[in-house]
Amino acid sequence: MANRITLNMITQRSIEEGVAMEKGKTTPEYFEACSIIEMHDDDVKALGLVPNQLVRVTSECGNVVVKTVKGRQSLYPGLAFIPQGVWANQVVPPRTQATGEPQYSGFPVTVEPVNGEKRKSALELVQGAVGMWRGDQ
Amino acid sequence: MPKKVENVGCPYCGVCCDDLVVTVSDDGKQILEVENACAIGNQIFHHATGSERIRLPRLRQPDGTYKDISYEEAVDYAAKVLYNAKKPLIYGFGSTNCEGMAAAAKVAEKAGAVLDNCASICHGSSFLAIFDNGYPSCTLGETKNRADVIVYWGANPAHAHPRHMSRYSIFPRGFFTGKGHMSRKIIVIDPRHTDTAQVADIYLQVKQGHDYELFDAFRAVVRGHEIPDVVAGIKREQIVEVANILKKARFGTIFYGMGLCHSDGRNHNVDIAISLTRDLNDYTKWTIMAMRGHYNITGPGAVWSWQYGYPYCLDLTKKDIAHMNPGETSSIDLAMRDEVDAFINIGTDAGAHFPIDAVKHLRKHPWITIDPNINMASEISDLHIPVGIVGVEVPGIVYRMDNVPIQYRKVIDPPEGVISDEELFERIYRRLSELEADEAVKEHAKAAPEGVRAGE
Repeated sequence: MANRITLNMITQRSIEEGVAMEKGKTTPEYFEACSIIEMHDDDVKALGLVPNQLVRVTSECGNVVVKTVKGRQSLYPGLAFIPQGVWANQVVPPRTQATGEPQYSGFPVTVEPVNGEKRKSALELVQGAVGMWRGDQ
Repeated sequence: MPKKVENVGCPYCGVCCDDLVVTVSDDGKQILEVENACAIGNQIFHHATGSERIRLPRLRQPDGTYKDISYEEAVDYAAKVLYNAKKPLIYGFGSTNCEGMAAAAKVAEKAGAVLDNCASICHGSSFLAIFDNGYPSCTLGETKNRADVIVYWGANPAHAHPRHMSRYSIFPRGFFTGKGHMSRKIIVIDPRHTDTAQVADIYLQVKQGHDYELFDAFRAVVRGHEIPDVVAGIKREQIVEVANILKKARFGTIFYGMGLCHSDGRNHNVDIAISLTRDLNDYTKWTIMAMRGHYNITGPGAVWSWQYGYPYCLDLTKKDIAHMNPGETSSIDLAMRDEVDAFINIGTDAGAHFPIDAVKHLRKHPWITIDPNINMASEISDLHIPVGIVGVEVPGIVYRMDNVPIQYRKVIDPPEGVISDEELFERIYRRLSELEADEAVKEHAKAAPEGVRAGE
């Protein structure tokens, strides 16, 4: 069992994210729709994860804690998916290959289980990144 | 008696469903029911009359909280931010009408700003490929009425364009496609076995980031060349089988999405998709279409191309000379190089959808959000200006993903006092003109020689 593995990350829209986004990005629905990661069963087993266990995802430009879920849409081993949104964008590299478009799909991340940590809310992540987070208001 | 409004356009995705039926309460203030919309479109209409709507502009205070201010004060603040900035960036336009986009462009030109839209992080690569290689496309109606082979490549309409398959591609019965789904072949190519792949006749699980190679293999087979045993994770036999289906189609459409534009290669992936489409036209009729995300994100490309000759990443810092060069004048690149000193986020949420590093860079400078709703951008802004929701409270022209313009209507009034994007930008433009005129008077006074003036 590995302590951490390296996967290829992609991030795209999910309908759950779409519905929750229109309801509001501070809602519990948005939190549950987007603060998750989907992986292939082989990779979940390699990390010894149990369903709903939290993991830290780290890329070249940041890290984020998300929940492991078994998605309806399957991936092949080595590929990981976080729905587009606040959590994914904590790790998306801003490099654009001179096109203006960030590397939303196809960048390396390491995934490792975490203990004693919680997922942060969307507001805490975004306001925290720019020094405006004032705690749970 | 509740009123039913028919043929309402949906302000969510690029499919622009215009068959919604919205039931409005007797007093015209509540939306009671929305028929025909997908789950996301439904949510937009019902959210409009929710209690959480913002009714006045909010200005950030020194203690970090927001204070309500008048629209007049907000317009003055926004105009002064733009006036004082050397190179402001006005970005977004995912959720507004063409009238608002044209008004914003006037402001950008007056302020010497960079004007960019969500295509910059979405289908911008498609523009680059289309400039290089053309766009053998069609309307969604032609696909519905003629297509017997549909390819979804790097696109997942089941999640991102929920009614695309039922209105235009897979299921509808068209003029020459009377059997609907039964007479069509559906091919889905994606690294994930998506919900869209569930309805495919053939699914190819391409290795992520290797789309270009697979397109290349299809082109080679179509032209009668040999290919390796496996390309991009797909066996030769499958590639040959699909290539033959493509060649034998009566009419085909390739719908492609972010799987091509967001992966390594970007515009080159789209470029070769267009080349494959062109190759197939040696045998039969093939078309290609970008799965544009928002309901009117095709709009700024149409409006600004007409106004300035470029669809996005417009540098108007020289005011009357437009310049476009993605990589240099694109929002993310400008942000990462710290080249802009003010940011207006309009009809989008850069706070949630930009990589967080770009958000950090942009937040070093004044940040104004123009949006009907609270979102991540509004919660890190200096100023949040609420506006009416286009398609629900504000009418206007939108461009569907196939470049067909549609007149959207409103079904209810916006909350009392809340204005449209177009009116807001017109008011900012007038205030900018006043500031410019004031400065011209001061400059004139400074330039005038000391002593007696003519007429005195």
